[in-house]
Amino acid sequence: MDEVLLRTLTPSVIGILVRRGADFAAAEDAVQDALVEALRVWPDDPPRDPKGWLVTVAWRKFLDAVRADTSRRIREVRVEEEPEPGAVEAVDDTLQLYFLCAHPSLTPASAVALTLRAVGGLTTRQIAQAYLVPEATMAQRISRAKRTVSDVRFTQPGDVATVLRVLYLVFNEGYSGDVDLSAEAIRLTRLLAAKIHHEEIAGLLALMLLHHARRPARTGPDGALVPLAEQDRGLWDTRLITEGVEVLQAALARDRLGEFQAQAAIAALHADARTAEETDWVQIVEWYDELVRLTDSPVARLNRAVAVGEADGPRTGLAALAELDPGLPRHTAVAAYLHERDGDPVTAARLYAEAARSASSLPERDHLTRQAARLNDRLRG
Amino acid sequence: MAKYLLLKHYRGAPAPVNNVPMDQWTPDEVSAHMQYMHDFAAKLKGTGEYVDGQALAPEGTFVRYDGEGRPPVTDGPFAETKDLIAGWMVIDVETYERAIELAGELSAAPGAGGKPIHEWLELRPFYGVSPTITE
Repeated sequence: MDEVLLRTLTPSVIGILVRRGADFAAAEDAVQDALVEALRVWPDDPPRDPKGWLVTVAWRKFLDAVRADTSRRIREVRVEEEPEPGAVEAVDDTLQLYFLCAHPSLTPASAVALTLRAVGGLTTRQIAQAYLVPEATMAQRISRAKRTVSDVRFTQPGDVATVLRVLYLVFNEGYSGDVDLSAEAIRLTRLLAAKIHHEEIAGLLALMLLHHARRPARTGPDGALVPLAEQDRGLWDTRLITEGVEVLQAALARDRLGEFQAQAAIAALHADARTAEETDWVQIVEWYDELVRLTDSPVARLNRAVAVGEADGPRTGLAALAELDPGLPRHTAVAAYLHERDGDPVTAARLYAEAARSASSLPERDHLTRQAARLNDRLRG
Repeated sequence: MAKYLLLKHYRGAPAPVNNVPMDQWTPDEVSAHMQYMHDFAAKLKGTGEYVDGQALAPEGTFVRYDGEGRPPVTDGPFAETKDLIAGWMVIDVETYERAIELAGELSAAPGAGGKPIHEWLELRPFYGVSPTITE
């Protein structure tokens, strides 16, 4: 049984049902029933038109469920013969699903779960595993999210920016268990990019590819973080980098800059350097200026201070840092790094230890503790 | 089998014998400590005695209900003098003695100078079902 094919078909079949008037939760249930049916019937009797088959069976399942009083009985009646292929409209319903799952009425966490389920076709168990919560908990979250959007009807296109934000959240979840959410986010963004031409979709895809390319080098064998400058660049996936750069260049050529393109441009400049020393920090600062202009994000300003420290020296970097809110996450870590570069290991060691105490993840805490330990060790020696 | 909770404290527990802050260790000592913790959990997974474990961030907040229609009272987040949990591990072992043995082993994690930290760990049994009486 071709599970990938089923996963690819799922969103558009749900989309067709939704557009025919089924509410989202019912459509999703009906398609799940149809998938179970497919698993049973297809191995012996593969359909000529898998999508048409699914639409027809799912629509029947939906009608069955609607006839509430008899549905329980009818659902037990198996579909024996292959149904006629349903009329499959040319309109792409998957897009509507993206917008529905990223609907502003949902919290980001719900939007992510719903996207993985409806557009990604992942099972509730897989999503629960990726988020390290019990399956029953995730099932509740998803059904609550489905209820929230069940009354939403699409008469106009949704907001691409919201969809992209959700996909980026999925990407940043990384991976745990047997589902690689970063790879899944890339797959979904590719599908979206193939459906609509939009500079920021391309920008996000490029950004994901460029980040993903560096993943093998980002952690050591013991799981410890490896900073960009110390990464073994031979481990970077050059195929992904090439693709990311091509996607980015095509997007930039259309001259409609957005934050994802700017971020991807920064990632591309890092990927382009054969050694850390060859990094074009001057250009990176220029892109951070663009990013700050586009987003006015404190995190972008913080990263800009790091880049300024590399391009114009640590003093200038510290001056840029001094203008920012010291309460920003990683502010202390950046200060520690710049002080070390400025030749002040005593202050740097103290700040690294302080940053370790407020780190937001275990690998980050361990990394900062090691930095403090390294400097203190050197100071003693 | 009985479940036990191993609690590691930031503060509130008696001071460990080898009490040196981690940032004062050498990088190799830091790595050795992390490897030890990792191997310990991996070994218990192998023996089927590991249930779950997590490290906790240092900032904690005490929260209390303050009556109908009023927001909860919070104390902190920087409750400097209070007992704080740094992390926990749940183990599922045959006997109390085995739980003591494992807690002792965890407390022997290497610290400054490559010597064991001798850290105090709190060991708390879970309430569970009473043992089945056959016959």
